[in-house]
Amino acid sequence: MEKTFRFRLNGKPIQVSSPPERKLLWVLRTDLNLTGTKHSCGEGFCAACTVLIDGEAVLSCQYPMENVGGRDIMTIEGLGKNGQLHPIQEAFLQHNALQCGYCTPGMILGAYGLLMKNPQPSREQIVEAMEGHLCRCGSYDRIIKAIQTAAHSMRPIS
Amino acid sequence: MRDDEFIPFDSGAGLDSTGVDSTGLDRREFLKLLGGGIFICFSVGGAFPLQEGRRRRGYPEDFNAYLRIGEDGRISCFTGKIEMGQGIFTSLAQMLAEELDISLDRVDMVMGDTLLCPWDGGTFGSRSTKYFGPPLRQAAAEARAVLIQLAAEHLGVPERDLMVENATVKMKTAPNKEVTYAQLAKGKVIERHLESKPTIKHYSTHTVSGRPADRTDGSPKVTGDAKFAGDIRLPGMLYARILRPPAHGAGLKSADTSEAEKIKDIRIFRDGDMIAVLHPHPDAAEEALSLIPAQFEPSPSKLDNTTIFQHLKESASEGNVVTETGSLDEGKRLAVETFEGAYFNHYVAHAPSETHTAVARIEQDQATVWASTQSPFRAQGEVAQVLGLPLEKVRVITPFVGCGFGGKNQGIQIVEAARLAKMSGRPVQVAWTRKEEFFYDTFRPAAVIEIRSGLDRSNRIVFWDYHNYFAGDRSSQPFYAIPHQRVLSMGGWGGRGGGSPHPFGVGAWRGPGSNTNVFAMESHIDVMAAQAGMDPLEFRLLNLTDQRMQRVLKAAADKFGRTFAKAPSGKGYGIACTDYLGTYVATMAEVEVDRQTGRVRAERIVCAQDTGEVINPEGVRMQIEGCLTMGLGYCLTEEIRFKNGRVLDENFDSYEIPRFSWLPRLETVLVDNPEMAPQGCGEPAITAMGAVIANAVFDAAGIRMRVLPMTPRRIMEALST
Repeated sequence: MEKTFRFRLNGKPIQVSSPPERKLLWVLRTDLNLTGTKHSCGEGFCAACTVLIDGEAVLSCQYPMENVGGRDIMTIEGLGKNGQLHPIQEAFLQHNALQCGYCTPGMILGAYGLLMKNPQPSREQIVEAMEGHLCRCGSYDRIIKAIQTAAHSMRPIS
Repeated sequence: MRDDEFIPFDSGAGLDSTGVDSTGLDRREFLKLLGGGIFICFSVGGAFPLQEGRRRRGYPEDFNAYLRIGEDGRISCFTGKIEMGQGIFTSLAQMLAEELDISLDRVDMVMGDTLLCPWDGGTFGSRSTKYFGPPLRQAAAEARAVLIQLAAEHLGVPERDLMVENATVKMKTAPNKEVTYAQLAKGKVIERHLESKPTIKHYSTHTVSGRPADRTDGSPKVTGDAKFAGDIRLPGMLYARILRPPAHGAGLKSADTSEAEKIKDIRIFRDGDMIAVLHPHPDAAEEALSLIPAQFEPSPSKLDNTTIFQHLKESASEGNVVTETGSLDEGKRLAVETFEGAYFNHYVAHAPSETHTAVARIEQDQATVWASTQSPFRAQGEVAQVLGLPLEKVRVITPFVGCGFGGKNQGIQIVEAARLAKMSGRPVQVAWTRKEEFFYDTFRPAAVIEIRSGLDRSNRIVFWDYHNYFAGDRSSQPFYAIPHQRVLSMGGWGGRGGGSPHPFGVGAWRGPGSNTNVFAMESHIDVMAAQAGMDPLEFRLLNLTDQRMQRVLKAAADKFGRTFAKAPSGKGYGIACTDYLGTYVATMAEVEVDRQTGRVRAERIVCAQDTGEVINPEGVRMQIEGCLTMGLGYCLTEEIRFKNGRVLDENFDSYEIPRFSWLPRLETVLVDNPEMAPQGCGEPAITAMGAVIANAVFDAAGIRMRVLPMTPRRIMEALST
């Protein structure tokens, strides 16, 4: 049974018809053509499908549409503003914190979720927060450095 | 049988014996398709002696890759190689930019498109920079010479008075008299072949190559713009899910599709043993599949993880001699101490981030396939065969590939998508689930190595008798100075189906053969060192005459900055080295063994690598770091559990791969060796991981681990005996 869901997606109001039990990942990737959000394990074990919901990192492969109403959802496509990369994206480039790039959108949004909660995380806190994100190419060390750099450049100037 | 250097093209597809060119275009059509500009054609010479020479019509026999100077002055490189994270998107562009005196950001890479790119055997074996790089450089040097020729004509001055700077040809004495590459290429389709080959630049003059370069594929990968095969969207496209057997070798008895048929917009196809459901939404296809009850025959396989090693030994062939020097009898006579050891490793999955995926579209009699593959031209052949189309009617396009590691040489999903596109008349995407990925993976084979060896009074290795059961030959030849040695191979790493002792497909896995061989060899070296009462570094240096290896070991030791002692010293230091197809690696590690839980934690890993001339130092470091990190998985946890044809590991909950918390301190040393041609770097450093960690565990806890992975359970068992 389809229902209509209204929410904000990458800053714009949107309306989607979908069965309530459908997972957000597939609506994003197939109905809305936002393919930056990746399918990898499909069962919530790898975090490649991470998106931001009300500023919090969430696994979209596990997130049912019935919960999206009224929420503010951001995918990797919505992170840069006016053609400018976000500081986290810049930091990933600066540290070459990726290889194949498949897990990268999820990593970046996971990092965003962390920095929203904890703007100046220690290395241990980064590891703890990112532990669910898998990178088969083994870029973990560079990703940690990128998150540290991003935290530094996002620091409010006081 | 001996040579496992090449991926076996066992299906015959992809290797075209008819001599038909893989694009089907003649040369003029090809140039027209690409628009104006200057083309330089070049050859990869002897890199693929078997495959070359029996391909291609319309192209000169020896032409393998093309570069174009566009009317906008940008350079395009067309190569059948693919980018899966290893970084050749950047390093090949650096080589080109260097020779052409153009900045890196003005080079475009066009990769793995069977229509636009000349045939290539596939991307594997750390071969791209080593074998494709040199001819690419040569071609770029030729392109530069052609541009100087054209500029001389354009400016009306002799070539010798000209120089090139930043994509502009200038007069040496009057630098304002100049013409750009763009101006030279404007409105022209030019083919030139030079009478004499220009020489490439000496490394000491390089300004782009040899300097650290950031990834040129980074931007689209951080914005989500980078397209992988599963990101292709076509009008009317359907998503397929396919009924799979629960176990390998289990044939379908019956299936009832009546409930699934009730799903709106579902289409169900049956072709031989294949039952597939197609739907405009992938999750609806998944739901439909779950509504199909099916019965299967039991698998004929009765093997599991506990019986596999015995089975492999019983399946062994008589054996081929891989190498033999001196006389083992003589060596045994000289030995005052002899050693015997067996080493085992279990099946290991590739577990790529992106599962095998393909999108196929058939319009009239033209098929186009977007595929996550390491071998687009092989896929082209397979698709042509299954669709009954001539090769030139099949185009395979390779978008970015999300990990390969050897697992994406086979293209079952590509053929499935093509078959279903034909049956349905619609574009079809097949994207394997993680469970399918674990089921159809061509695993790194389980293997057994047995070694007998001996030392003389001065602690020199005098004989080495090596029996290799199904690991593969690569890195099985000792690089120590051993007068009496023999290496026997009783079965290689490849194979699926008949004749294979394995219950499922096995194949190349990042450094095929070598991970197992180096684990066995370098563990055994440590066993002898400990018995000889020597520290493992000293023992290695004593038994090596290869100065390049000595140098790499010393470079690693300098960085490691710790003193090795006779093991077990309690410090937890390990060492291993190898020569991987010309790249030398020495790795040192420090580990902690938790005696309460059996968990091994790598605290620090130092890796020194001599990979010849380095094109992109940043890229090489990324590959080494990736190797060390990924390699911890097969050392400590990664093992495919299976029983009676079933693969019991289906996702990352039970199949544990390295994660953030595993990360040791990683340090890399690039040993300077620019006089040697560039060697491969995607695989070498992972191959020493098994031994370096096992040796460090021995040094820490006095337990010799002979089975990979060294799971907590195996560590606890070893500690209790």
